[in-house]
Formats: sequence, C-alpha cells, structure tokens
Amino acid sequence: MSLWRQFTHGVRVLRNRRAADQEVDDEVRHYLEESTAAFAARGLSPDDAQRAARLELGSVTAVREEVRDYGWENIVDTLFADLRYAVRRLRQKPGFAIAALLTVALGIGATSAIFSVINGVLLKPLPYPQSEQIVALRHTAPGIHIDDMNLAASLYFTYSEENRVFQDVGMYAFNTASVMGLAEPEEVPALLVTNRFLAVLGVQPAIGRAFTSSDDDPKSERAVILSDGYWKSRFGGERSVLGRRIILDGDAHTVVGVMPPSFQFLDGHFSLVMPLRINRGDVGLISFCCEGIARLKPGATLAQANADVARMLEMAPAKFPVNPGFGADAWAASRIAPRLRSLKDLLVGDVRNTLWVLLGTVGMVLLIACANVANLLLVRADERRHELAIRAALGAGWRRIARELLLESVLLGLAGGGLGLALAYGALRLLAASGIEHLPRIHDISIDPTVLAFTAGISLAAGLLFGLIPVYKYARPHESDALRGSGGRSLTGSKERQRARSLLVVAQVALASVLLVGSGLMIRTFQALRHVDPGFSSAHQVETLHISIPESQVKEPERAIRMEEEILHKIQAVAGVSAAAATSTIPMDGGSNDPVYAEDRAVPAGSVPPIRRYKYVSPGYFSAVGAQLIAGRDLTWAETYNQTPVALISANMARELWRDPREAVGKRIRPTLKDDWRVVIGVVADLHDDGVDQKAPGIVYWPLLQKNFESSETNVTRSVALVIRTPRAGSPALLQDLQKAVAGVSPSLPLSDVKTLESVYDRSLARTSFTLVLLGIAASMALFLGIIGIYGVISYSVSQRTREIGIRLALGASLRDVMAVFVGYGLVLSGIGAVCGISAALVLTRLMKSLLFTVSPADPLTYAAVSAALILAAVLASYLPARRATRIDPSEALRAE
Amino acid sequence: MNEPNTDVIQGTLDMLILKTLSLEPMHGFGIARRIEQVSGKVFKVNPGSLLTAFQRLERVGWLDSEWRQTDNSRRAKFYSLTRSGKKQLERETADWNRRASAIARLLKAEA
Repeated sequence: MSLWRQFTHGVRVLRNRRAADQEVDDEVRHYLEESTAAFAARGLSPDDAQRAARLELGSVTAVREEVRDYGWENIVDTLFADLRYAVRRLRQKPGFAIAALLTVALGIGATSAIFSVINGVLLKPLPYPQSEQIVALRHTAPGIHIDDMNLAASLYFTYSEENRVFQDVGMYAFNTASVMGLAEPEEVPALLVTNRFLAVLGVQPAIGRAFTSSDDDPKSERAVILSDGYWKSRFGGERSVLGRRIILDGDAHTVVGVMPPSFQFLDGHFSLVMPLRINRGDVGLISFCCEGIARLKPGATLAQANADVARMLEMAPAKFPVNPGFGADAWAASRIAPRLRSLKDLLVGDVRNTLWVLLGTVGMVLLIACANVANLLLVRADERRHELAIRAALGAGWRRIARELLLESVLLGLAGGGLGLALAYGALRLLAASGIEHLPRIHDISIDPTVLAFTAGISLAAGLLFGLIPVYKYARPHESDALRGSGGRSLTGSKERQRARSLLVVAQVALASVLLVGSGLMIRTFQALRHVDPGFSSAHQVETLHISIPESQVKEPERAIRMEEEILHKIQAVAGVSAAAATSTIPMDGGSNDPVYAEDRAVPAGSVPPIRRYKYVSPGYFSAVGAQLIAGRDLTWAETYNQTPVALISANMARELWRDPREAVGKRIRPTLKDDWRVVIGVVADLHDDGVDQKAPGIVYWPLLQKNFESSETNVTRSVALVIRTPRAGSPALLQDLQKAVAGVSPSLPLSDVKTLESVYDRSLARTSFTLVLLGIAASMALFLGIIGIYGVISYSVSQRTREIGIRLALGASLRDVMAVFVGYGLVLSGIGAVCGISAALVLTRLMKSLLFTVSPADPLTYAAVSAALILAAVLASYLPARRATRIDPSEALRAE
Repeated sequence: MNEPNTDVIQGTLDMLILKTLSLEPMHGFGIARRIEQVSGKVFKVNPGSLLTAFQRLERVGWLDSEWRQTDNSRRAKFYSLTRSGKKQLERETADWNRRASAIARLLKAEA
C-alpha cells in the first residue's frame, strides 16, 4: 500500500510542482509565525520574537529545500530538467549533433541489420512444434570417401521398424511433376514424402487429411496434397477441390488436402506434396535415393540417436538383399556410419561462420563510430570546461555534472539507435529484394522483439561508452583545476587533454586496419575464385531450361530420346543459337554419385572403387557448355541409338587411373560388376561441379540411352536440362522462341527452371561476393572514420599550438619543418594504430579461414597493401590540417592573448 | 559553554511524532512544542528534520494531513494518525521499551 501512496503522491507533485512547493512554503511560514507568537507570548518584543524564531529555525530556504527534496519525484524532475537542457544544448550545435547522430546511426544500423540476419537464420527455432527434436538422418561413408551421405530406402524401413529413440521417421525427396488437364501444361516442383513425414514435422494440412500408410502402397489409389499457393492460384481457394482428380505425370491423383499457408520446408519451393511410394519388397540394400528426417522421443539426445542408428546399421544387411551387381561385401566395405544432426543445422549449413564474422565486423565499425563520437564529445566538453569548473565551484556535485554529460551521450546513443533501426530496416528490405539465394531462411529474417531489444541494448551501451570518456576526463571527483588554466595557456593541460583523443585515434586506426585486412583477404579470395577455370566458358551466353518426357506420353525409350533430339534440332534453328544439347544435370547442379570399376585396375576384396559423379549427356554437350575435350572424341547420335557401350570421363579421373588423359582413351569401365564394359572414347577438362571453391569431382559422362546399365536392361534419361549457346541468353524474346520450338515437337511439354549458366556460376560465388561487399563497405566506413579522427586531432593540435608555431616561425623555422611536426605526429598515431591493428588482424583473421580460398590469413600482399593504404591515408589526413599551420602569421600569433 | 545536549535521540523522532499525534491532530509547531514540554525540555526538535519527517511519514501512510484553521484563526496543516500509524506506534513503543530496559540492565550490572 505504502508503495502505491509513494507513487501517487509523487505523481501529484510532478503534475503540479508549483502547488506542492507552495504547500511546503505555507507550512514553513506557519511554523515561523507560531514560533514568533510563542516567543512574543514569553514577553519578547515583536522584532526580537521574530529574530529568535528565525534563529531557531535556521535558514528558511534551507529548510524548504530540505523538505522539498524528499521523494523520488525529485530525481525524475531533475532528470527531466537535465534532459531538456541536453536537448537544448544539442540543438544549439546542430552540426555536431547531426554528425554524431549519423555516425552512431550508421554503426548501430549496420550492427542491427546483421544481428537480425543472425537472429532469423541462426537463433530462431524452425517453425515447427518442439523443432529441436527434429533430426536429419544423414550418414557418412569413409570406406567410399563420402563425407556426408543421404538416406537409403532400406535404412528408412530399418529405422522405422527397429528404432528405440524416434517418435516418427519420415523420408522425402524433391522432384518435379508435370500437371496436365488444368490450363497450360506445366512442370511444377513437388515434395515427395512418406506417410509419417508431416507427423515428424508436427504439421497438418489446413483442410483435408494427411497421408496414411496406405498412400505409401504403390498399389493404392494415388493421392496428392496441394500447397496453399498452388491451391489459391490454380483452384481459386475452393474447398470443393478435395476429392478432385488431377493428372500428374500422366496418372490421375486425388486431391486429399491443402497445406496451411505458413508451411515451409528447408526453403524449398513446391506446389505439390505427393506420397513417396516404395514397394518394400523391391528395395535393395544399397538404395541411397532420398533424404530422411525423424523426431526424437522427448528427452532423447542426438548422441543417443547416433548410437541407436549405428546399432540399426548393423541390422540392415540381414533385412534387405544386396543389389545385383554389387559384391556381397560392398555394404561392409563402405563403412557407413551415422552422422545425424538437427534439421536446423542441416538447413543453416556453413553460413554460420560467415554471419558471425560479419557481426564481428560491423561490431568493430560500431566501436570506431563510438570512438569518433567520443572524440567529438571530448572537444565539446573541452570547450565547456570553464562552464563546468564554474558550476563545480558554485557547488554542483561531480555526480550531477557526470550525469548531465552521460545523459547527453545516452540521448545521442538512443536517438542514433532509433535512426539506425530505420537504416537496418531499409538494409533488410534491400537484402530481401536482392534475393540472395544462398542465404538460408531468408524469409525468417525480420525486425522482431529480440532485434529491438538488441538494438536498444547496444544503443544504450554505445551511449554510455562514448559518454564515459568525457566524464572520466571532466567530471571526476577533485577535477577542479580547470579554472586555473585559462584559454589554453597551460600547455600541460592541453597535452593531457590531447592524450585521450590521440588514444581514441590510435584505437580507431587499429580497428580500421583489422577491417581493411579482412576485406583485403576477401578481395584476394574473390580474385582467386575468379581465376579458377570452372570447366565451362562464356556462361553468360548459355541458356538452360528443363523438360521431361513422361512415359505416359512416349512409352518407348528410344522414341523419347529421338523426341529430345528433334527438340534440339528445332532449337538449333532458332535465330542466334550456335549450339544446343541435353544433359541430365547442368554444370554446378550435381548428379548421382556411384562407384566406377575400371577393367585394368583391380579392386581389393572387401572394398569398393572410388565414387564418381554420373552425368548423362547428348552429343554436342561439351561444345555447347564450352568444356574442352582433352583427348579422344565426343559421342555421336548413332552411338546413342545403338546403345553402344561408350563413355567420357573427366581429366582428373583419367589422371588418377591412368596418369595421362591420352592413356585413358580405349580403356574400359562399368558401374557395377554385372554391367557391360564401356569404352572410354574421350576425356573432358575438369568441372568444378560442387562450386568453384570445391575440388572438381571425378565425373563420368554416359549416353542418354544405354542397355545393361546399373543392373537394369535399359537406362533412359527422360528428364533433361537443355543447354543452349546463344548471345541472346537471358532475354524473354529467346524464351518465347524456345517455347515455340519445343511446342513444334510436342505441344503439351512444359518448360521449367529457365536460367542462364552464368546465374548458376554467380550463385556459387554468392557467399564470397556477399561477404566481400559487406566487409568492403565496413572497411571503407572504418577508413573514412579513421581519417576524420586523425584530421580532427591534428587540426585541434594545430589550433592549440598556434603560439608555439608563431614562436618557431619567428625564430626561423621553415614552413616545411613546422608541417613535418604535424604530419609526423599523424604518422606516429596511425603507425601505432596500424601496428596494433595488424597484430590483432593476424590473430583475428584466423576466424575467417573457412571463408578464404587459397589465400592464407597471413597473406603478405594483403598486409603490405593495407599498410600502404593506411600510411597514405594518415599523410593525407594530417597534411590538410598541417597546411593551416603554415598560414599562421608569427606576429599575429604572438600578439594573440 | 557546557550546554546539555538537546538533540532527539537518533531514530526516535518518528516515534515521538506518532506518540504526540496519538492524543489529537496537531500542526507542526504544536508537535514541536509538545515534545519539548512533555520531555521537560530535554529534547528540542530541529524544525527542518521535523517537517521532512512529516513528508516521510505521510508518504508511508502513517499520517494524514489536512489544512484547517487554528484556534488563533491561522491556516495550518494539521496532521493526524492513521490506523497503520497507530499500529506502527505500538510496534515502535514495544521495540523501544525492550531496548531501553536492556540498556538499563547493562548499565546497572556491576562491572
């Protein structure tokens, strides 16, 4: 109760200070009157009585103040007064206020923007209930040199049936489906899932039902669930869609449900969710087709799950037969082991390191900005030191003055934070608009309460940080000698003041050099990546798109390939097209990975030959993408239709097996022990299929149509990417022509996934260029602020030493000598800063090692360039103010003061 | 110049005010004079401390105040004890008695 009374009373006083003061006044006056009357009653004369009463009471003002000062509202009251005063003082010097505000806003804005990215990508949980229980079922297979491997259907069944740690196990794959019977035929992305997949995620369709175990049975009627977007755009959001049948890949599917609009999975875009139907009886042991997720039982840990999976991996060979064509020991030889991790880790991947490095970077920019503002505040406090000293002499406590200085800087910090938040918002909009595809969870990035709290926190911290430095200099106990040194005559005093500012400049230069080194290393990395020959050329002139010829439309394999050839011929006739070819996967888009046996290279018993990447190509593919044929020759269409057993291999694989690419031509290889041998007819230059910063994998290029391949009688590539070399690549007009060309062969064939090869190449550089741009911006800001810092200190020093310069000039010093003093001072400051910064950079840049490519964190060229840039900047920043020293007229300077 | 100490014993001013007001509502000077008279001039109250103490006691809810006419028709701020003020007085009185008797015992005890 009494707290409430304290509060209401205080508020009443605050609302009407004058009435409250009047009341205190009245009470004191009444006391005096009564006291006077009492003395008079004892026989004193009125005058004496009044004097005695006053004597007894003491100073009326003091008593009044004593009574008035009681209560919390007084603290608030003076705080408001100080705040008003601070705002007024800031408005008096708008130039200073704007400069300081912008500096702080830039620093805080950059930091908040990067933090909201970190918050959205790394900190926020995935949008599923108890999402921390969801794990990705990944494996590793050291026996066949695969570090990170997906899930086999055999293991999916094993884990579902035998596990002790999972609530549910699901398997999924991304695919496409061609939809017919709605408007235009179209190829849409689809997510194929087993029936417990949605249960693992803990989500349900918004309307209709989820899949059940009978949907997984290949004999049951086909079902499909629509995404919210697809439902709304193609079916107008009608609930009557449930039960409707649509034709997917030539088969009728019944719509059983619609996902909620919020549903997302691994940043994938898909219009349909379809059952992943696998007949358990047909599954071979080695069947790494898909991806898996599982939900841990409450309380189960990742370590327990890994142990349980290790146990179950031993059981799989007893449950499933070894695929024909593989040795009985192939499973054991692969040494498959669990490598489970949380679904979030799988999604976020290696971007974690990049983001933390960036946060560190912008944090440094913020520190530099704080140093700059601290410097400005020091100059202002210095200008005010007389006022402060007088106030201290009149009885203002140092605490009060400190509070006032701090209030001003905290106000600057918070206002800068508010402005910074607006900047961060703008930056995030820009980021979303730029659509950096490589950033996972980009849709989860927003300014939420966590980001707001973070921004408020750093704004306050920044305000306190740059405010404490002037407080330390000017509002300490016993800081009262300021009155003595007047007008800058006391040289020791000014030197003392100069020291704090010089230290700040040294810190700024040090931080700036760390950032410069960081961005220098990124530039060198970018250069190095640009120098890597990716394995194709003039990517900006290569258009790619995707088509798929369904079995329901063209049943016979050879006819499907002939159709592909016909489409290619039609496309080659399009204006401006110089080459066109087909492939299962375009460069940098991956492919399947399987072992390859070589006839003259024996494989030790109990092991499997190395894994190679498989790609299936049409004749003319290598010239279309601009890949160099190092030895041998290209495929022909005749070989494709005759199903002649031939193949081409990459140069690194040829060198590994036969040392010389030319030696490889004529050698024989095959995927499994049951297949026909295939003759190597050509060797192609290496392709950096996993990105330019990754090692080029060994690749085998097989024809589109083959027999007795991977244990099946006929192998046909029905789903192909077309690569088209033309200067018109990327233009909408070309796409129209291509559409016409394809429709000329088959009117119901949808085109999908249209992009230029260059966009694929750029995406592989996206992370590096993203980091480079941000680090570059940060480093230039840092350098700029550092230059301003040096400039400020030198010009202040010149203004403080006007008399000294006058004396020197009068005594015959040359202008060069005088300027050398100041330029030298600037060089010393930045030299110390650079040495500190570069030593720090040698340690700190090790943290960004994973972002670098063939460049050492201690790259001498970078360090030399940064040092040179810093020296240049320091000379420039001190030369400009030093020139002013030379304009000093000696007689004038000596006469002043 | 060996004047006897007339300061109110530290920490007892609140209790003295509460006790004085337990008889009837009074204004500031009245309370000061009552304390002085009843104590036989042993204690003299400092007006500043007294007026500040009113602020404090009113805030914690032990006193109420109201402006009204005095007998000699001046306007004055009269203080009165609230219910929780009465309870506080009982607590403080009991506490004081306990301490005072303890001190008395200590002083009486033979060295």
